Amino acid sequence: MSIASSTHRIARFALYGVLALFCLYYLMPLYVMVVNSLKPLSEITSGGMIALPKEWTVAPWRNAWSEAQVGVEATGMRPYFINSFLMVIPAVAIATILGALNGYVLTKWTFKGSTILFGFLLFGCFIPFQIVLIPMARALGMMGLAGTVPGLIFVHVVYGISFSTLYFRNYYAAFPTELVRAAQIDGAGFFTIFFRILLPNSGPIAVVCVIWLFTNIWNDFLFGASFSDFNSQPMTVALNNLVQSSTGVQEYNVHFAGAIIAALPTLLVYIVAGRFFVRGLMSGSVKG
Amino acid sequence: MAQVPEGGSALKFSKSKGDWLRDALPKLVLSPSVAISMIFVYGFILFTIYLAFSDSRILPSYGWAGLQNFQNLFTLRAWNIATINLAIFAILYIGICCALGLLLAILLDQKIRAEGFIRNIYLYPMALSFIVTGVAWKWILDPGIGLEAVVQGWGFENFEFNWIKDRDMAIYTIVIAAVWQTSGFVMAMFLAGLRGIDQEILRAAEVDGASTFALYRRIVIPQLRLAFMSAFVVLAHMAIKSYDLVIALTNGGPGIATTMPATFMYSYTFTRNQMGVGSASAVMMLMTIAAITVPYLWSELRGSKQ
Repeated sequence: MSIASSTHRIARFALYGVLALFCLYYLMPLYVMVVNSLKPLSEITSGGMIALPKEWTVAPWRNAWSEAQVGVEATGMRPYFINSFLMVIPAVAIATILGALNGYVLTKWTFKGSTILFGFLLFGCFIPFQIVLIPMARALGMMGLAGTVPGLIFVHVVYGISFSTLYFRNYYAAFPTELVRAAQIDGAGFFTIFFRILLPNSGPIAVVCVIWLFTNIWNDFLFGASFSDFNSQPMTVALNNLVQSSTGVQEYNVHFAGAIIAALPTLLVYIVAGRFFVRGLMSGSVKG
Repeated sequence: MAQVPEGGSALKFSKSKGDWLRDALPKLVLSPSVAISMIFVYGFILFTIYLAFSDSRILPSYGWAGLQNFQNLFTLRAWNIATINLAIFAILYIGICCALGLLLAILLDQKIRAEGFIRNIYLYPMALSFIVTGVAWKWILDPGIGLEAVVQGWGFENFEFNWIKDRDMAIYTIVIAAVWQTSGFVMAMFLAGLRGIDQEILRAAEVDGASTFALYRRIVIPQLRLAFMSAFVVLAHMAIKSYDLVIALTNGGPGIATTMPATFMYSYTFTRNQMGVGSASAVMMLMTIAAITVPYLWSELRGSKQ
């Protein structure tokens, strides 16, 4: 064995060691959340945050899900979990459909000024939402949607279409326009072409778009905190209330269980379809 | 980019009522989104800008107050703290994320076995809500139960790590949590950049006897200019908007030590009933973001046209 190849082997070993250390760094908070959600409070307060539970228990999970004091009522996280789903599913569906249609028009039916219109729509991806909070609060009030789940759906659709339009527009730009022209000559109309030709070929980008919107809307806090009341609060707001508002004894184990429950849907999506999530991240920001 | 013919060009030779509809249909389909954007993005921005020059307090009011709100804003201690915090946070956050992201990307680009698996571990925090991240780190950094207590429990009685309770250090805990959440994403951006580099040039330089270090410093890193630029824009943008993480981690405290522009805007507008000042701060945030993203967007769009 030559010297060169043995130093090479040591270097490889060190490389994998460093990569493994970083794995531990990124996994540590998740580990802390999981183990501490499964132990009695006394084990945490006595300085055992890093240790595995001596006595395993699911009581903190049950507590976080259906008993904990969130805000004024002791309902647990369950109603807010449901709120989040009621909000996220319609918002994602509507924003995705609108984005697909917009992308179709902006690539296959371009007209004078359509590129400028696209840039105009795109700017919505970048605004700090603080700039629209006050007028949106008033607008929702005027529409009778203040403090409701439909109000939140509306807000998320409004600010979600910039992203969905961006995704579909970039995807359809690479779709052969000759196919569209050929169908047009055969007499197919605007919607026929969309539903029969474009849409059946939109699988990957639809998944990317749905995952991106789902993650963003589920994780949103600012709009939830600004535009919801006790009956419509989403999961993130409830989690924050659970952690900030508890008076007396801090039930850390319940907080951790609540945090995992709040993270679970997006984490599951990431585990199942991480590839698409990363694609969405990259094209949402790199090409944005 | 694919060539995009003018809309409805195949129909131009016969104009009848039906053709008019077919010509207008695409615009009709696009119009709700454009209208939404007109009202809820641009209209609302103008409205907030107007409020910034008005005498609004608890509710919007339309009396003209000139630059009064901005003058008030710049003399407020809380706003000064917020801008200094943003500067500290943004510099460290962008700097550390880029350094760590670049390091991890280069390490992962060495034909690593299980690369995809490791990448997924580095990137999963991006799927979490900042509130979840904030809650986790709030207790990890808590001196009573977190790191400090754990290390003391190992026998290092004098170990101290109470930044989160320390007015001067608390802002750095936000950097710690934010870097944990986003650095994997920056790694992915750089990794994509590395994969785009022409391998022939690298091989040629290697044959010429360039050391690995020189190879990266002279050839690879300069070619990542575009990835750096995207990372900078994305991170700067996230730094200016950061709200959730601050609320969950420190709630702006201790005292107002970790106030940021976004939390300042919210509290002045909705809890302190100074809507004029709150709007002025939102306008400042918008202008900062626009200064970063508009040139970037413009160059991207111009690039895609060519």
